[in-house]
Amino acid sequence: MSLLLEIHQSPAVYLVLAALLLAIGLFGLIRRNTLVGMLISGELIFGAAMLNLMAVNRFFAPDPTVGHVFILFIMGLSAAEVAIALSIVIAVYRNYRSIRTGDIAEMQG
Amino acid sequence: MNPFPASEYLIPLVFLLFAGATIGGALIAVFTKWIIRSVCGLAMASVGLAGMFYFLHSPFLAMIQILIYIGAVCITIVFAIMLAEPDEPQDGYGQHSVPWNLGAGIVAAAVFWGIARLGVTGDWPTPAVRVSDGGVEMIGVALLTKQSLALEIVALILLVSILGALAVARKGRHIE
Repeated sequence: MSLLLEIHQSPAVYLVLAALLLAIGLFGLIRRNTLVGMLISGELIFGAAMLNLMAVNRFFAPDPTVGHVFILFIMGLSAAEVAIALSIVIAVYRNYRSIRTGDIAEMQG
Repeated sequence: MNPFPASEYLIPLVFLLFAGATIGGALIAVFTKWIIRSVCGLAMASVGLAGMFYFLHSPFLAMIQILIYIGAVCITIVFAIMLAEPDEPQDGYGQHSVPWNLGAGIVAAAVFWGIARLGVTGDWPTPAVRVSDGGVEMIGVALLTKQSLALEIVALILLVSILGALAVARKGRHIE
């Protein structure tokens, strides 16, 4: 019973949760075949990275501010990625009238 | 004054709620057929992640997580869906064949097993002494002194991405 009461203070729980989030994101990245769906899965992978770094930062790092700065860096990167990726999606949709990955494989051998 | 009955279970309950929101939202984001529900799943997972950050002693990041992920990322994706996604998912739309999905599941399960095993069995060192508590004041001081290069690089990345997004999205535009 004490295990359940201390669940939010055990680093392994957070690390396993982050690994699960990474696996789900990876699965979605392979499974989806629309560009927006793949982008959403990529965001899940970013979230997994943030959770993992934050757990390590909370429990094992001597200076917790470094982890915070790192997470802010990741958030800035993911916001920039979404902006660029969505503008590419819009540009692709204008040219092909589709955002399915199978329809825009013109250069395949 | 007596404490609220079973109040010691309240914190683990809230933790499990947020963990469930994270995993459930991620599963919705990946498995649903409609892409708009997928965005809702991403928002739910972001709320769960914000709760996780709160439990990891950083309410500041929890706030930023909700602000950026739900307020900016999800809304932007919704805009893109409105502009570039057909309303009805057709048959087989957004889906690969069954062996492909099976392969994806195997890859994901292998990655999960490997990384979770590393996390659980790894010999993580506990620091002898903590130099700061990681509060907002310390983050602000660090951003302007020790970590100022990271701040500058993020600013540069955001500037370049805004310019790039404008340039890419403007290119195919015709006045009809």
